[in-house]
Amino acid sequence: MGKTTAQKIFDTHRIDSPSDGIDVINLDAVFCHEITTPTAIVDLMERKKDRVFDPSKIKAVIDHVTPAKDSLTAEQGKVLREWADRQGIEDFFDVGRNGVCHAIFPEKGFARPGYTIIMGDSHTCTHGAFGAFAAGVGTTDLEVGILKGICAFHSPETIRINLTGKMPKGTFPKDIILHVIGNIGVNGATNHVIEFTGPVIDEMSMEGRMTVCNMAIEAGATCGICYPDMTTVEYLWPFIKNEFNSKEDALAAYKAFVADEDAVYAKDIELDISSLKPQVTYGYKPDLVKSAEKMSGEKVNQVYIGSCTNGRIEDLREAAAVLKGRKVADSLRVIVSPATPDIYKQALREGLVEIFMEAGCCLTNPTCGACLGMSNGVLADGEICVSTTNRNFNGRMGKGGMVHLASPATAAATAVTGTITTADQL
Amino acid sequence: MKNFSGKALFLDRSDINTDEIIPAKYLTEITKKAMGPHLLEDLKMDDFDPATDLEGISVIITKENFGCGSSREHAPWALEVNDINLVIAPSFARIFRQNMFNCGMMAVEIAEEKVNDMFSKFAGKETTVETDFDAKKFTISAGSESIELDFSISGFDESLVKAGGWVEYADSNY
Ligand code: SF4
Repeated sequence: MGKTTAQKIFDTHRIDSPSDGIDVINLDAVFCHEITTPTAIVDLMERKKDRVFDPSKIKAVIDHVTPAKDSLTAEQGKVLREWADRQGIEDFFDVGRNGVCHAIFPEKGFARPGYTIIMGDSHTCTHGAFGAFAAGVGTTDLEVGILKGICAFHSPETIRINLTGKMPKGTFPKDIILHVIGNIGVNGATNHVIEFTGPVIDEMSMEGRMTVCNMAIEAGATCGICYPDMTTVEYLWPFIKNEFNSKEDALAAYKAFVADEDAVYAKDIELDISSLKPQVTYGYKPDLVKSAEKMSGEKVNQVYIGSCTNGRIEDLREAAAVLKGRKVADSLRVIVSPATPDIYKQALREGLVEIFMEAGCCLTNPTCGACLGMSNGVLADGEICVSTTNRNFNGRMGKGGMVHLASPATAAATAVTGTITTADQL
Repeated sequence: MKNFSGKALFLDRSDINTDEIIPAKYLTEITKKAMGPHLLEDLKMDDFDPATDLEGISVIITKENFGCGSSREHAPWALEVNDINLVIAPSFARIFRQNMFNCGMMAVEIAEEKVNDMFSKFAGKETTVETDFDAKKFTISAGSESIELDFSISGFDESLVKAGGWVEYADSNY
């Protein structure tokens, strides 16, 4: 019987099966940020277990609220910073060198095919784009990850979503994942891994794959996975070139983590996206999705472009292409947050920053910022935001605020008119 | 191993969610202890006042799907720092249940009719639950009335309870 990607990864990492259906696996990386890790650190200190399993496999960043906005967030940063220093964690990204965790860690080459990764953050599923098993966990699991480099999981079952057809012009990876979630629902993949496969994924960049895998959790999935291929190797090459003689060798090694043809799936779903249109959410759940045209004309108070879903360079290019030579409507404000310093620098080099500023956008430093309603663009009661982020829960970006999730292109077109608009409606 | 015996509180409602157990506004706290005073603060129920009714309680007996909502582990912590290590219900939200055992606490499923029976016999009375962990038996009593109930948990969950939680278990076994 063939194996799925997650099963293959578990087979190479399993160290115990203490109960029926439970696997204890060892971890290649534990990622940390300042919101969920301090609780784990403080608890480990109270247990007199202030240790780490391997400082080189722990990566930490201050990203959610940065620079600190008040004493509480300053304290969170301080706990993380002092711990990283005390434990000799070299890959710690502090203010000025920091960016959104799920953008900066892949950019540094920390996510690789076949890796097992945990983090106290639900969007850890993003890193599955590299053919890794990456899952968000709670505090106790994070503590054990930090301490022992292991984690217990239910043996993974997988749903395969095969994306066929060709992406229509004017649609983007964000439209695809919104469409998928709208199709299978917020519980459609609960406790399952999703493998995203097919020609649409094969042709997609790593940035696009990360956008797709990022929102697997919005369908309840533990992890979204894309098979490693030449695109993966090209992206990782600067980090792996000393490990392999050639890109072909790297690819051959990584192919070990592609699912077998006769792998067994809990569900097999095929979606032809040839007639897909730009998508947008309309309620307080990410599966309430419709074509953006159907919402056109709805008044918007704010546009937000950024986050671990859509704050990467391709996303900024996509938004800038729409905003070039245009102005933001007087009736709203637009916030652009490049997800990492490298993305910011690249956007400067390409003249994207100039385009955004000429259009009248506010550029923030790399941070999660308004995505979780804690800083840099929190909504007021009753306000409406078109956002490239991943969650539209009631109050997510500010108490009483409404969020419509969309692609960077749709967000940018909306910025120009002040009402929900797709790029080709301009 | 933690203590699983003592005075019981009956919460006669299903689907008590993690926001009711510990409101989201306390998630910015860094320590477990800070959750203490806020346990069940937002649970609006007739005849329940968190300020007085939690005094001296060690066990909660409630209806189905306890701990639904967000996966926050702050919910078991809020119970733990109040010395409540055992919740008995017909069913639990999956993540909450595992979080309890991960913390060395117990979320024990008992068939619905037996839970209803406990409610009709004991709710409203000064009730204690005595837990015999090795025999997997609860003795519930109030005044002269007393019943015994067998329970079961998985082998892995049992090891977690014995070790005092997943951190201790993992640190001594792997
Ligand atoms: S950008 Fe938003 S969704 Fe992503 S890690 Fe930050 S807060 Fe979470």
